Amino acid sequence: MKIRVKLFAQFRKNRFKEKEMEVSKDTSVFDILKILGIDEKEAGIIFVNGRHFENKPRLEEGDNVSVFPVVGGG
Amino acid sequence: MNDKIYRADLSKMKAWIEDVPESWNSLGGRGLTSAVVASEVEPLCHPLGKNNKLVFAPGLLSGTTAANTGRLSAGGKSPLTKGIKESNSGGTSAQLFARAGIKALIIEGLPENKNEFYGIRIKKDSIEIEKTSLWGKGNFETIETLSKGNEKCGVISIGAAGEMKMAAANISVKDPQGKIRSLGRGGLGAVMGSKNVKYVVIEPTENDQVYVENPEKFKEAAKSFAKALLEHPVSGEGLPTYGTNILTNVLHEAGGLPTKNFSTGNFDGHDKISGETMHDLIEERGGKVKHGCHPGCVIQCSQVYNDKNGNYLTSGFEYETIWATGANCKITDLDSLAYADHLMDDIGIDTIETGAAVAVAMDAGVLEFGDAKGFVNLLEQEIKNGTPLGRIIGAGAEVTGKVFGVTRVPVVKGQALPAYDPRAVKGMGITYATSPMGADHTAGYCVTSNILSVGGYVDPLKKDGQIELSRNLQIATASLDTAGLCIFTAFAILDNEKAMEAIVDMLNAKSGSSITGDDVMSLGVSVLKMEREFNKKAGFNEKDDRLPEFFSLEKFPPHDVIWDFTDEEIDSFWDF
Repeated sequence: MKIRVKLFAQFRKNRFKEKEMEVSKDTSVFDILKILGIDEKEAGIIFVNGRHFENKPRLEEGDNVSVFPVVGGG
Repeated sequence: MNDKIYRADLSKMKAWIEDVPESWNSLGGRGLTSAVVASEVEPLCHPLGKNNKLVFAPGLLSGTTAANTGRLSAGGKSPLTKGIKESNSGGTSAQLFARAGIKALIIEGLPENKNEFYGIRIKKDSIEIEKTSLWGKGNFETIETLSKGNEKCGVISIGAAGEMKMAAANISVKDPQGKIRSLGRGGLGAVMGSKNVKYVVIEPTENDQVYVENPEKFKEAAKSFAKALLEHPVSGEGLPTYGTNILTNVLHEAGGLPTKNFSTGNFDGHDKISGETMHDLIEERGGKVKHGCHPGCVIQCSQVYNDKNGNYLTSGFEYETIWATGANCKITDLDSLAYADHLMDDIGIDTIETGAAVAVAMDAGVLEFGDAKGFVNLLEQEIKNGTPLGRIIGAGAEVTGKVFGVTRVPVVKGQALPAYDPRAVKGMGITYATSPMGADHTAGYCVTSNILSVGGYVDPLKKDGQIELSRNLQIATASLDTAGLCIFTAFAILDNEKAMEAIVDMLNAKSGSSITGDDVMSLGVSVLKMEREFNKKAGFNEKDDRLPEFFSLEKFPPHDVIWDFTDEEIDSFWDF
């Protein structure tokens, strides 16, 4: 299935900003991180379709995944 | 421990130094400014009249060697909210106050001669009211003039907006580079302007230092505190690298970035104004990615932003400002936003309130959404010169909405909402509704658990857990604001118990007390309740703890959510 992955802040270095990825059907967000070589602990914020990833444990065709390092502000 | 209260009375044209009443001894920062306002300001007074007072106080830990403790609080009755106000800022003044033994500066009364303008000059054991010819000058020129031959002095000043008593006027505080940080919210600049006071100068005296009862213990605790800040991934790495503006992309992705005057949660121009884009531009143009708002800051969340030619354009160009002037007005030209930020520093007007008011004016068709030139023109021509349109915008979002007949006016208690939509970040909605300050993100920053997954996770689109989250954060924040701590120390405090232990140890080592973590939290509770009590006496009731109607009527894309808390649920916030 096809999903769209967006990376932010330093995760873009040597990777990409936004990319469509072809992945197998039962791929999880953690599998995506593994494919991209991003340490789980370093991924502070992960959204699937603008929602915290825990709200959608199974990825589906057309999902948007956004991955940020641990950041804050305000 | 021999701090004093410094007082300037503009009615009597007298200034003097007095002992600190015992009940204020254990207070500083917000706790102290709110205590002074609660005990000395008539709640029903006109904020610009002779019975209002303007109070400045450094935090309990300000001026010490501890990291991130240099915050200065200002307090008074707000011309914007008509309730109690505390606003705090970095800059160099808090530390200079504390080292000179100044527990608080209270400015009161109104001068008889409306055409004479004043400055207040303070140093250890001395306070004087002096006449000034700087009235009419911008904040940058004012700071530069006052610092000539006296580079290390602290300066607190107002610009055109404060002089014209605009309800969105802020107060500027000189930073370590002679630039500006702001006591931003609630129009305290207008209170200073109403007293014809252009500036406060604080002159350092050699060897001034804060008295610490137990220096060894203090040093140890301060070391542990700095370690906790640097070890936390947000304060140690995230904030210094990309600054606060990293949130533009975070909130856009979360669908909670208020865009086009709070009409949608995604901004198609987000990338152009994002923290990532800004970071690359700063590096390319020889600016500074890291910058501290006060000496002793180890987080360095701020930055120096240069123009295309590599010349200084602005600093302290933060997420809230970039949101208010950018996404909320649909403006995508970062250089225009930076120039607008610089102008607002010079004019001395709150960037959040101004951006929100301009977006309301855009909604009314006064100018188009996305009109960067129009925005700059409003600042440079209308607000700075005090034209009728400039004064309307300068009076804030609520007045602007009323004048132009707009129903989508995002304010609580007369103060504009900042950069997180309450429908899609519901914890923030509770903070906006209930804070005695009016809509203020720093009062209880639920974005931590709602969006950033710091201090646990609370689903931002659901009601569950939000009231408790906002309550806990508002209490903790009132304590941090009293200690003079930067709000970004909260990331470490939420995730690492050693940070809180270190704060308690520092407070005890400084004053020889033996308080516990629970006492620190009780302090926050008492500050919040004291502020709410003032507001009640000023005429507020639970109906003032509500969000504007449109948040319950208009679905907010992309998650199509509305504000759905009942009145009873909101009121339960105060059950503590």
